[in-house]
Amino acid sequence: MGLAVVLALLVAPEDADQGISQRIFYLHVPVALTAYFCFGLGAWKALRLLSTGEQRYDLESYVAIHQGTIFGSLTLITGSIWAKASWGVWWTWSSNQLVLFLVLFLFYCAYFMLRFSIEDGPRRARSSAVYALFGVALIPVSFLAIRLAEDFIHPTVFTREGPQMTGTMFLAFCVAWVAVTLLAYVLYRVELAGKRLDIALRELREATS
Amino acid sequence: MTYVSDVVALTRKDLRVELRARDTLPAMLLFVLSTLVVFHFALPAGTGATAAYGLLWVAIVFTALLGLSRAWVPEAEHGVLDGLVLAPCDRSAIWLGKTLATLAFLLAAQVVALPAFVLFFAPLDATALAGVLLADVGICAIGSLLAAMAAAGRARELLLPLLVLPLAIPLVVGGVGSAVSDDGGRFLLFLLLYDGVFAVLSWASFEYVITE
Repeated sequence: MGLAVVLALLVAPEDADQGISQRIFYLHVPVALTAYFCFGLGAWKALRLLSTGEQRYDLESYVAIHQGTIFGSLTLITGSIWAKASWGVWWTWSSNQLVLFLVLFLFYCAYFMLRFSIEDGPRRARSSAVYALFGVALIPVSFLAIRLAEDFIHPTVFTREGPQMTGTMFLAFCVAWVAVTLLAYVLYRVELAGKRLDIALRELREATS
Repeated sequence: MTYVSDVVALTRKDLRVELRARDTLPAMLLFVLSTLVVFHFALPAGTGATAAYGLLWVAIVFTALLGLSRAWVPEAEHGVLDGLVLAPCDRSAIWLGKTLATLAFLLAAQVVALPAFVLFFAPLDATALAGVLLADVGICAIGSLLAAMAAAGRARELLLPLLVLPLAIPLVVGGVGSAVSDDGGRFLLFLLLYDGVFAVLSWASFEYVITE
């Protein structure tokens, strides 16, 4: 993590067009990729739950999606800052990725609403799992939809050449990506351990009382 | 063929319940008409047809939501769901029957709403109508599954729109695109893709949602 910060801030050369603001790229893109990864992991655990019926996958799926939502919100925030710095507006509908994250953010917030409104039990686990699976199907479908929507929402499509990364930039990007993924994994383990501890504690309390 | 006859029997049951009780359909009809009238006042003069097409989709999505929020209420109130789950038929047939019944209600509402839209606002061509039809299939397919999910929770009427709306965004894109774009065929293809993906997903996962 520290190495990633050093590389991103000091070593990688500045982008000619965008200057210092481009450096948020090393945070924004890895965070976004990690959010996708968390959503994918959550859906995978959901699939495992449905196929095996083991309840431990429920908690794992939930925690993965929780982390994904946190990283998704971070993507929205960093993306918004970047948009302000380089395009002068806090929000732009022409950035497909940002719009996609907004849709996903709404979708996964609804996931939590669903989860908290159903009584604890196998039915809740399965309903949440099915909804999580809908989520991964929604990601490519809405990406396609947002691409298509540009046609009639924005007649002039905002095009910008992707940054041709130099060696050090690419290295910094990779290190940042690994660092963020590790961070997500550690958070995932910590939250999972915390939730399991909670459940164990509750069971103990019920057993003693 | 038992699967097909199960589905037909379940759909007929829903249609017959609706014919006798007349709970959902009149409400949907009245809702979509009043929405269109509200839109007339919501659109400032001179905004043109394009904005009206967008609002038509808002009306369609919310009318579908209205129908879907009632979809499992008779089952939940009278304990029919337990009977259906115990019945010796494939559980996905329950989903398919409910989807077809909801689709029938939505189409019936649109038989009135679309001519009213043409009368009040702007003409609709064949591509736009095909877009409406395909989007109806999609929203009923996901909606009848999500409504069954929401019915298990507290405050189901509150939960359902939250669950459906993010998933309905691609449908709105496809529907509006098919109405306003010059190249509407692409949007129809996209709607077809959406229907295929989510119908298969709902069909396959319904069993997990409905069983205790």
